[in-house]
Amino acid sequence: MTKKDKYQKVAYYPGCALEGTGHSYNRSTKAVGKALGLDLVEVENWNCCGAMEVKNVDPKLQTYLSSRVMSTAANEMDMDVVMAPCNGCYHNLKKAEYDLKHDPESVEVVSKLSQKAGHKTYEAGQVETIHALDWIKDTVGEEGLKERVKNSLNGIKVANYYGCMYTRPRHIFPEKDQGPGSESTSKPHFMDDLLAAAGAENVEFPLKTACCGGAHTLSDSDTSTKLVLNILKAAKLAGADVIATECPTCHSGLEMHQIRAEKVLGETVDIKILYFTQLLGVALGLKPRKVGVHENVSDSRGFLKERGLA
Amino acid sequence: MPIHEKSLIRPENLTTHDELVIDGVDVSGHWSTFIESRVVSDYNEKLEDEIAALPGGEQIHRCWQCGSCTNSCTVNAINPDFNPRYWIYLIRMGMESELLRDKDIIWQCVSCNKCTYACPRDVFPEGVMKATSHWLERKGHTEKSPSMHFDEVFTEQVLKTGKIEESRTIRGFFKRTGQSLMQPWMVEMTKRMLRGLPVGLLTRMGLATLVAPKTRDWSAAKAAMQDYIDEQHEKQEQALSS
Repeated sequence: MTKKDKYQKVAYYPGCALEGTGHSYNRSTKAVGKALGLDLVEVENWNCCGAMEVKNVDPKLQTYLSSRVMSTAANEMDMDVVMAPCNGCYHNLKKAEYDLKHDPESVEVVSKLSQKAGHKTYEAGQVETIHALDWIKDTVGEEGLKERVKNSLNGIKVANYYGCMYTRPRHIFPEKDQGPGSESTSKPHFMDDLLAAAGAENVEFPLKTACCGGAHTLSDSDTSTKLVLNILKAAKLAGADVIATECPTCHSGLEMHQIRAEKVLGETVDIKILYFTQLLGVALGLKPRKVGVHENVSDSRGFLKERGLA
Repeated sequence: MPIHEKSLIRPENLTTHDELVIDGVDVSGHWSTFIESRVVSDYNEKLEDEIAALPGGEQIHRCWQCGSCTNSCTVNAINPDFNPRYWIYLIRMGMESELLRDKDIIWQCVSCNKCTYACPRDVFPEGVMKATSHWLERKGHTEKSPSMHFDEVFTEQVLKTGKIEESRTIRGFFKRTGQSLMQPWMVEMTKRMLRGLPVGLLTRMGLATLVAPKTRDWSAAKAAMQDYIDEQHEKQEQALSS
């Protein structure tokens, strides 16, 4: 089965952030999927993937939490693809998959915990975890998008920001760095490709995979503000109007520390921050409200109107 | 390019003499700065094993000191004292007192995994940083870091309900670290967040803070995880006290 067919209907794992601060990412992902005729079936009774925090307390506990989500998709719902738009969730499911394939100790802990918790143990290879970028790229693709674009993003300059968790560390993403057509871990381009297909002009942005300090956004805010300022300024210097994001932690980190830099350091960087799914959505002719632009902390409503996209 | 290791020479060990002649050669002034030699005698030979016994530290023995971790490090770029390669060296040599000089910044690793990506020896330096921060706290060298408080508040909530409701986590964190939620930038952010939101969504979010989202039938998973945490803690305590 080709990826195109395989990804047509996927188990959707929104994760905790997409039900909270990343709500507009949730809304826009669903709306874009619907507009593109793709099928999302939410993972039943899912739990937190463990995120960075549980991993810090104990990595194998995070492996278990992520494995439970994949077990539900595989064993309760008979799905073979899980799509996670949140970089953190995506990263953790990939990491769990890697550990369960290569580390007997992780297999032992997960199997013991799963038995005690009373559900089937997830076994490596039962599902394939993909990101929202893979999902759109491998089903509709650039050509398909071009055909469906109603409001071209023509004239909008975008800095594509991928963050840390989508490409690092390399070993948990065996499908990346496989030559033409595959995603690159050093210079990722899937988001660039999709937004270019929607008409946007991607600027040369050297901080695509820089860190926003999301792990310490509240516990070491000064560091995070500095890191975010770097990203905002670099994007602005590269000539971008908008930073496109693909992760709720990055997105809210950029928005939060854009304000914090303004309030604490007196540094204002005027640049818009939108989820890539929000940009794709308006390009597909959806109203900004339908893709949750009003739910973002930073205000891009006027900007989209000005550019004829609202 | 700055020399990364310049910060390793302690200022008190640098000596300059205004007037000094040695064997008839004038070595006065700045151009002949001396670095005083020093002797380390308080090795902790168990240090590497102790770090290796904590989650993340397992592969520290693989390091061959190439420095790719420090070279790629996000935090090093804004604070040159943040030096994973050097800390791994100190741990492996057992130079505890040297390591303790940096005890208050090691927790600041942002887990961007650039080091782990760059490491040619699969040391997982990001994990080593976490293990080292845990070690410092568990040995009583440092207070719990704000990051550790956050991890604990977060993990407690996942164990309790299976899911995270962010505002609850944030309030829990600020309370535990004794900080006020009413910081000007937080207030400003909340204001901007509320500006565009429709009433329906606000109600839903309000409800979520009152009734935390939950994973159903979670109690068995919760108990299993708590048992596992306790078991691991016990094992680690033994490794740290042997």
